[in-house]
Amino acid sequence: MEQFFKNLSQKILSNVKSDEHVMLNFWGEDSHFTRFNQSKVRQNGFVSDTTLSITLISNQRTCSTSFSLTKNLDNDLSQSLEHFNSLRKDIVFLPEDPFIVFPKEGKSSSQKKSGNLLAIEDVVDSLSPAIKNVDLAGIWASGHIFVGYANSKGLFHWFSTDSYSFDYSLITETEKMVKDTFAGTEFNLDSYNSFMNNSIMQLKMLENTPMQLNPGDYRTYIAPAGVSDLLGMFSWNGLSEGAIRRGQSAFLKMKNDNAKLSPCFSLNEDFSTGLTPMFNDEGELTVTKLPLINDGILKNTLINSRTAKEYNIDSNFASGWEGLRSPVMATGDLNENNISQEIDKGVFLNNLHYLNWSDNIGGRITGMTRYACFWVENGEIVAPIENMRFDDTIYNIFGDNLESVTSHSQFIPDTGTYSSRSFGGTECPGILLNSFSLTL
Amino acid sequence: MENINLKSIFNQLKVNAEWFGVRKVRESNTYRMIRDGNPQANSTGISHGIMVEVLKNGQFAYAASSDMSTASIQEAIDRAIIIAESSSKNPLYNFSEDVRPSNKGNYRSDRSKTDLPLKEINNILFKSYESLKVSDKIVSASATARITETNYQFLSSSGAEIEQDFLIIGSSFDAVSQDKGITQRRTDNGRGRMFQSGYEVFDELELTSMCNKIGEQAVELLYADECPTETTNLVLAPDQMLLQIHESIGHPLEVDRILGDERNYAGWSFVREEDFGTLKYGSDIMNITFDPTIKKELASYGFDDSGKKAEKEYIIKDGVLLRGLGGTESEQRSGIKGVANFRACSWNRPPIDRMANLNLEPGDSSFDDIISGVEKGVYMESNRSWSIDDYRNKFQFGCEYGKLIENGKLTKTIKNPNYRGVTTPFWNNLTKVGDSSTFEVFGTPNCGKGEPNQSVRVGHASPTCLFSNIEVFGGA
Repeated sequence: MEQFFKNLSQKILSNVKSDEHVMLNFWGEDSHFTRFNQSKVRQNGFVSDTTLSITLISNQRTCSTSFSLTKNLDNDLSQSLEHFNSLRKDIVFLPEDPFIVFPKEGKSSSQKKSGNLLAIEDVVDSLSPAIKNVDLAGIWASGHIFVGYANSKGLFHWFSTDSYSFDYSLITETEKMVKDTFAGTEFNLDSYNSFMNNSIMQLKMLENTPMQLNPGDYRTYIAPAGVSDLLGMFSWNGLSEGAIRRGQSAFLKMKNDNAKLSPCFSLNEDFSTGLTPMFNDEGELTVTKLPLINDGILKNTLINSRTAKEYNIDSNFASGWEGLRSPVMATGDLNENNISQEIDKGVFLNNLHYLNWSDNIGGRITGMTRYACFWVENGEIVAPIENMRFDDTIYNIFGDNLESVTSHSQFIPDTGTYSSRSFGGTECPGILLNSFSLTL
Repeated sequence: MENINLKSIFNQLKVNAEWFGVRKVRESNTYRMIRDGNPQANSTGISHGIMVEVLKNGQFAYAASSDMSTASIQEAIDRAIIIAESSSKNPLYNFSEDVRPSNKGNYRSDRSKTDLPLKEINNILFKSYESLKVSDKIVSASATARITETNYQFLSSSGAEIEQDFLIIGSSFDAVSQDKGITQRRTDNGRGRMFQSGYEVFDELELTSMCNKIGEQAVELLYADECPTETTNLVLAPDQMLLQIHESIGHPLEVDRILGDERNYAGWSFVREEDFGTLKYGSDIMNITFDPTIKKELASYGFDDSGKKAEKEYIIKDGVLLRGLGGTESEQRSGIKGVANFRACSWNRPPIDRMANLNLEPGDSSFDDIISGVEKGVYMESNRSWSIDDYRNKFQFGCEYGKLIENGKLTKTIKNPNYRGVTTPFWNNLTKVGDSSTFEVFGTPNCGKGEPNQSVRVGHASPTCLFSNIEVFGGA
């Protein structure tokens, strides 16, 4: 596929006129999706989808178009040139844009990861035996995903990977759930069976009668999957420099008023894992490690080159939407084996659900507890809890109320499949809070 | 490749299955945005491809491709058959072809004005942007247009032959105000303005007047009191009812959720199969319809993706739950009467149960009747925050703009208005439903659900409503 994009891009770019600049973005997937309910197959299918986007810059104006490809070079070249010419017709009617990010020269890159994946006809046979005695709902997603970039200055980037994920929930008869994801690039049946058995063992902890908590403030541990959800909010009107400049960020207080989070909290963009492309839609390579928050102090925000031009600052080559692409939160010194004892009396939350800013500028997030969540008393798990709504600020959760951070982190893969399967994920530890506000 | 003859290809396919169908979708999305006086986006995205579905050994399987050559479609068929055969080794349910009706027909969005030059759209967006900038307290403002054109064709071995054409116009306007460390934001109806319509939506006078009001209210909010924290009467405008209906009625009544398909992602439902016909969902004045026939509403259509003809149905009548939001597959699996809502977001995703247009039918109270009958309460407009649990019970929603109601009158403006509640107690506290003069139609293109994930268009229309004994509160 890399060679196909090279051939196609070279032919398109050979048509660029001297007063034009062009950027090409290429992405797609060949993915197998098998959906399970009650540990049986609900829906099963395959998607092959490839898209090319052309961005034209001319006379200080810009416009872009994207379209589906057939992967037949002649067909795709023909329709690409047709779309390219449409852009040329449209662009003269557009106003000048002072913040255009022009294509640059630079060092090209290519990163390819091939894997060992299950054949589509083997998925049901391979996955079903381990789950036949439990109630499982979830999705198997597997195949090849790719993204490429080329521009009229000769820069070319490629990133592709084979990968699989089995994202599932195991459900007890009392409707309590364990959530987990088995993911990787090299499928191994023994590893899968072992992983699934471990999840099934966790179900036993949920068999006790659930407790209903009253709204109030509770001493709380949030496991890495839940922390990953909280950090996910930093991508929505969070660490974006553009959002901060336009007064639409939960981090305004940190940027403008020197507000601080806990010294226990540090967060980086870290591409050293190699699971996410280091180039953005403008073909710019970011640094391998960008500190965002160090010991509770805001060090960097996410700055795209367009934002940089608009506000006359330096870019750190963030994505166009200035969201986190490869977040890694620093670990602390809380021993995972002592979490219940450290909670002593309070709440153990494995997962959170449906988070949203309830007051974006105030940094307040609301959401629900979900899946394996427990009441802890005298340092022991007593019973699962009924789901509760929380409503608390990042300045409490990662600030005043953050007591400690676990010494090990966990990689939480991004299993999102809107438009296409996602790359990468979030690496983070668990957090112990001396108070967390449950409201309903 | 753009203009293939689907019927000709369909007739050449060799398929060893109980049933097969081919769905071809071409959708273009044009997006134009002006922010802070400069162009921010001028883009068009075209997604074009086919999905084949086969029924083999009682199992549906799909294969989708952006390559629409005859060879590629045949390859997709062959692959789908292999997948269906593997599913039949561990199936959840054995389907018959009855769940793919053999209807023939066409649908086309209603439209008056069929085109508007790019230059004119940009001019209107610029003028709208300028109207948002009512003072130097507006620190950022944007005006956006989104135009979607979709052509959908569906053919099946049982004789279905459907073509549908949609034209969808959306706009959004946004003003951010700041003063003395306080920031507020006001939009047009919480960005719920998306309709099946022609280019007549871009009415310069109407839009600039609306933008002027948005800008003024953004500034007004800077100096407003915080929403009080209390349990009180709550009046919701139609642009917040949109979200209230969507989250606390639409999703819990989607039958695939009730059957557990979504338990790993969007969630389950507090509603159980035995609740249909008996559950008192809301007060006696609550009447909810699935209505794909309102011309302007975003998710109107002639047929769903199974080929079922779309018709208006009462879902909740006089407060009692009657019918589920389930398509033909859910009807066969559960026995619950459903509607034509088996829908996919595009050619590259399989159909699942989606709510489409879900509306609250008008009652008999004018806006003045509602407000004048409230001694103390809060009025809220335009959604800005939403969150609800996986059973669709405990919700918390926030709005952009509020007013106190005191002694039957709207008085002070309040900022950061929020409320929370639990679904059926909340709807059973529905005290007054506005009449048709208060009824407004809205829609959003961003309803997420399904594995693999899908974002679809939904429409919601509602009058203004009064709820009693609701917990309201302000910002951080």
